[in-house]
Amino acid sequence: MAESRFVYVTYIRTTPAKLWKALTDPEFTRQYWVGTHQECQWKKGAAWKLMIPDGRVADSGEVLEIKPPKRLVLSWRNEFTGLRAEGFSRCTYEIEKQGKNVKLTITHEMDKPNSMFIGAVSNGWPMVLSSLKSLLETGESLDGTRKWPKNL
Amino acid sequence: MDVVFKALADRSRRRLLDRLRMDSGQTLGELCRRMGMSRQAVSKHLSLLERANLVATFWRGREKLHYLNPVPINDIAERWIGQYERGRLRLLGDFKRNLEGASDG
Repeated sequence: MAESRFVYVTYIRTTPAKLWKALTDPEFTRQYWVGTHQECQWKKGAAWKLMIPDGRVADSGEVLEIKPPKRLVLSWRNEFTGLRAEGFSRCTYEIEKQGKNVKLTITHEMDKPNSMFIGAVSNGWPMVLSSLKSLLETGESLDGTRKWPKNL
Repeated sequence: MDVVFKALADRSRRRLLDRLRMDSGQTLGELCRRMGMSRQAVSKHLSLLERANLVATFWRGREKLHYLNPVPINDIAERWIGQYERGRLRLLGDFKRNLEGASDG
């Protein structure tokens, strides 16, 4: 395989507009994305950063495509570990209304085989997405996803 | 969630998920070869897994690639196991695996 890729799908009982807000608004992301928030102007070509609560930058990149509330493509490089050396990955969010639910598909990929970064995010995404679903459907995110892990 | 449990209640489908866990992003042809099953059988299992959202697909040109989607299984774990018990259960799980050797449940 010439590339590394993971694809995640979750169905959430919400609207595309609410999901878009939950994916971009710091007040939302802090609750389900281990305390992090994103710094971004949310327009094509804008710089994008995922910020750790203590002020460090977890990951960074750029908005490659943006079409609220349907599609967002980011270039995405790890910043706070040795995985930075792997360079930029690409993350695509697709939001599709399906009856009373919204289908969220996240494709995270890198143009090289056996990427360790793609391996690492593959552990994080299911937890973050389960918590996002819980937050939007019940008003409460999942316990282990509200704080940045100690010693990381 | 019924559809997830139904999808998991079959040995061949669990083997398919294991295949995808080891090597995510395979075509139907690759999966058939590795499973030693007919194309029709694998295709039927895959469509059930896809409906249960346990498998996600991606089109690369004309190739349909299949990926293990761990989100529904994580939802189940979060609902019934919870954050605090997980460490202890993992220890018990490791213990059981050591005693029994790796085998499909």
